[in-house]
Amino acid sequence: MTPELGQLALILALLLALAQGVLPLIGAWRGNRALMATARPAAAGQAVFVAIAFGILVWAFLHFDFSVRYVADNSNLELPWYYRIAAVWGAHEGSLLLWILILNVWTVALAAFSQKLPEVFAARVLAVMGLVAVGFLTFILFTSDPFGRLLPMPGDGADLNPVLQDPGMTFHPPVLYMGYVGFSVAFAFSIAGLLGGEMEQAWVRWARPWTNAAWGFLTAGIVAGSWWAYAELGWGGWWFWDPVENASFMPWLVGLALIHAQAVTEKRGSLRAWTILLSIFAFSLSLLGTFLVRSGVLTSVHAFASDPRRGIFILAFLTIVVGGSLLLYALRAPKVAGGKPFNVVSRETVLLIGNLLFAVASAMVLLGTLFPLIGDALNLGKISVGPPYFGFLFPLLMLPVVVLMPFGPYLRWGKGEAAPLKGLLLRITIAAVACAIIAAFFVDGQLKAIVGVAAGVWIAAGTLLFAYKRWREAPRGRRYPAELAGMLLAHLGMAVFVMGVLLSETLSVTSDVRMAPGQTQHIGGYDFRFDGAHRTTGPNWTADQGIVVVTRNGNKVGTMLPQKRTYLRGQVQTESAIDAGFSRDLYVALGEPMDAGNIQGAWSLRLYYKPFIRWIWGGGLLMMVGGFTAAADKRFRIKRGVDEVARTDGLLAQETRA
Amino acid sequence: MSRLLPLFGFLLLVGLFGFGIWWNTQHDQNEVPSPLINKPAPAFVLPLLDDPTRTVSKASLLGKPYLLNVFASWCFACGEEHPTLMAEGSQLGVMLLGYDYKDAPDDAKNWLREHGNPYRMVVADRPGRTAIDFGVYGAPESFLIDAKGVIRYKHIGPITPEVITKELKPAIAALQKESP
Repeated sequence: MTPELGQLALILALLLALAQGVLPLIGAWRGNRALMATARPAAAGQAVFVAIAFGILVWAFLHFDFSVRYVADNSNLELPWYYRIAAVWGAHEGSLLLWILILNVWTVALAAFSQKLPEVFAARVLAVMGLVAVGFLTFILFTSDPFGRLLPMPGDGADLNPVLQDPGMTFHPPVLYMGYVGFSVAFAFSIAGLLGGEMEQAWVRWARPWTNAAWGFLTAGIVAGSWWAYAELGWGGWWFWDPVENASFMPWLVGLALIHAQAVTEKRGSLRAWTILLSIFAFSLSLLGTFLVRSGVLTSVHAFASDPRRGIFILAFLTIVVGGSLLLYALRAPKVAGGKPFNVVSRETVLLIGNLLFAVASAMVLLGTLFPLIGDALNLGKISVGPPYFGFLFPLLMLPVVVLMPFGPYLRWGKGEAAPLKGLLLRITIAAVACAIIAAFFVDGQLKAIVGVAAGVWIAAGTLLFAYKRWREAPRGRRYPAELAGMLLAHLGMAVFVMGVLLSETLSVTSDVRMAPGQTQHIGGYDFRFDGAHRTTGPNWTADQGIVVVTRNGNKVGTMLPQKRTYLRGQVQTESAIDAGFSRDLYVALGEPMDAGNIQGAWSLRLYYKPFIRWIWGGGLLMMVGGFTAAADKRFRIKRGVDEVARTDGLLAQETRA
Repeated sequence: MSRLLPLFGFLLLVGLFGFGIWWNTQHDQNEVPSPLINKPAPAFVLPLLDDPTRTVSKASLLGKPYLLNVFASWCFACGEEHPTLMAEGSQLGVMLLGYDYKDAPDDAKNWLREHGNPYRMVVADRPGRTAIDFGVYGAPESFLIDAKGVIRYKHIGPITPEVITKELKPAIAALQKESP
């Protein structure tokens, strides 16, 4: 009976979302305050019912309700409780429900924190969020019902995809969705702005913390996904330019551009149309990601099971949402280039260049991702572009970004001066060159690694010099407002990231070896001794576990236990053993026994020495913290006094007349 | 006018996606080339069906190309492809290696007795673990593996005379051209 209640809850949520999407819009159009006031209660009601539906699905998993098809497909009696909860978003239907739940979390947060926004504007923003929810609720109810029954009820279920049975993967989807869905807020602000025709800088200021927070979550989600691929896939890679990875990377790039464009628009009033367009793109690309993963249009290692009906539904939804917003943009976008004028040497110029490069990079990723599809369409045969395409073009596009990054904070808005830049240029050049020379001795003259050190130091030195400048010049207590601190942290994160990528890519040592028990291999200054393998068991798997003792110059570093697990349904999964460290990771993956059936004998093993790979995720985490810190800036909190209430009323009256 | 450009660009994308969905309904997803093509075949060590004390490994087969054909006695479509293999298997110019997949040995032996045995050798993968490395998700599937142990061609589903003339023979011819 309970699963049907879940379905009912979703239907009620859909009705409330319809109310939330339509009534406040009519209210805002007609100047009817009662209708506008329906937005918040409708949003709260919708969230309650979605939460009930989600709770029922979690309950069904926890209580092994295999009469629910989705539960039977994705869990079994042996699956530990924490993975049974994670199994809720382990496949298409449940992850869609999670998406909707998170959309509601953002909507409720928006409803709560928008009390001080002008009434008309808040009504429009919430209505747009409601309309987005209508689309997703319709999608889940009509094509992807998570509460469908299975008759007769099986005694035990199948299994959660074993690649998902990993802590990293448990958190990856919710955090990633927080990012994806978070861009819906910036989107809603833009659409509300376009609808109302109010191109004030004010709404961009209100939208900024939401964009920063969403981007922070997206960064965290991508980092978690990359870490998971590294730990779980057994290849030691951290990024594969896979369609699904690209699907999360494109909104990240556009979101990055949007964060900077919003800063320009809010402070100077320039780039208004561009900011709106980027808000639309960031959310559209999030939707596109959903489409690509679920429609089966592209094949990918971690795509969901596809169903053409779903593909058509999402495509129609995408067309309405994105096509509608772009049409609205074409009709209502600010006609005149507004804002204060700026010189060639100015912060605006630097940010604009960065923006264009991020946008182009995102388009480049989109093109590369869709290439197989274009190949089919133009009858060019099966073609796909892989790491060579991305690995060449992406660094090329990011090179100017890295070069310009230190200068951005130093430049003034409108009219920058060239003189202080020269001093900065001299200092960071000296720092970068000096560090590069020192590094050259340690990396055997590997050019890419030296460039990595130079680029990282270049950005870091510029950022730290700016922090020092603020320390000296700004009055105490006002040196590092949250927005500025966030920027500094994120830029430092970029420096750490760039160094991590280039150093680990060049200096990694990989070795595929056959090892008999007792044999030792010497890699990257470490000795790996294989002490044989044995059988071990976990809650829902058995595994062959190898024992590898690592020493360095005779001192023991650690014992590593790589596993090859076999889950209940026969799926085999590699569990690499990783000895993590600040300056290097040691990584061991178990291959196959040389003689099948004799696991005590020799095995094939894959050994890695990966210097500075942790810096990649460390840099990503710094960027995330930067995004969250900037979002917390007090300046973005909306203050509204009595006079503004009056102004809203005036606005209302004015619009009603118009 | 320039404000309409994003919209036009997007509509172009929609057209492409619509095409993608249509294309997928027209074409079997299975036609997507296996990621293993032109990659070394996974290492395997499997017992012979007739004599489980003896094993065949990837290493022991290096040096000559062979066609690895995944079949099972429980598999209906394998019965469909079997007459083709019986008729043309010996004229392919490469060794035909049978790969008995998730099957009871006695069932498999009876099945081969009944329908004939086109294979030079038959290995048995009863738990189906090695098949996972090959990316097998159903029988029948066939892998053409060259002398260096690299997978050069893969076919999912029954082998028909048409598949042999149009795909398999050219693939084998390409192998022989490389290493006469």
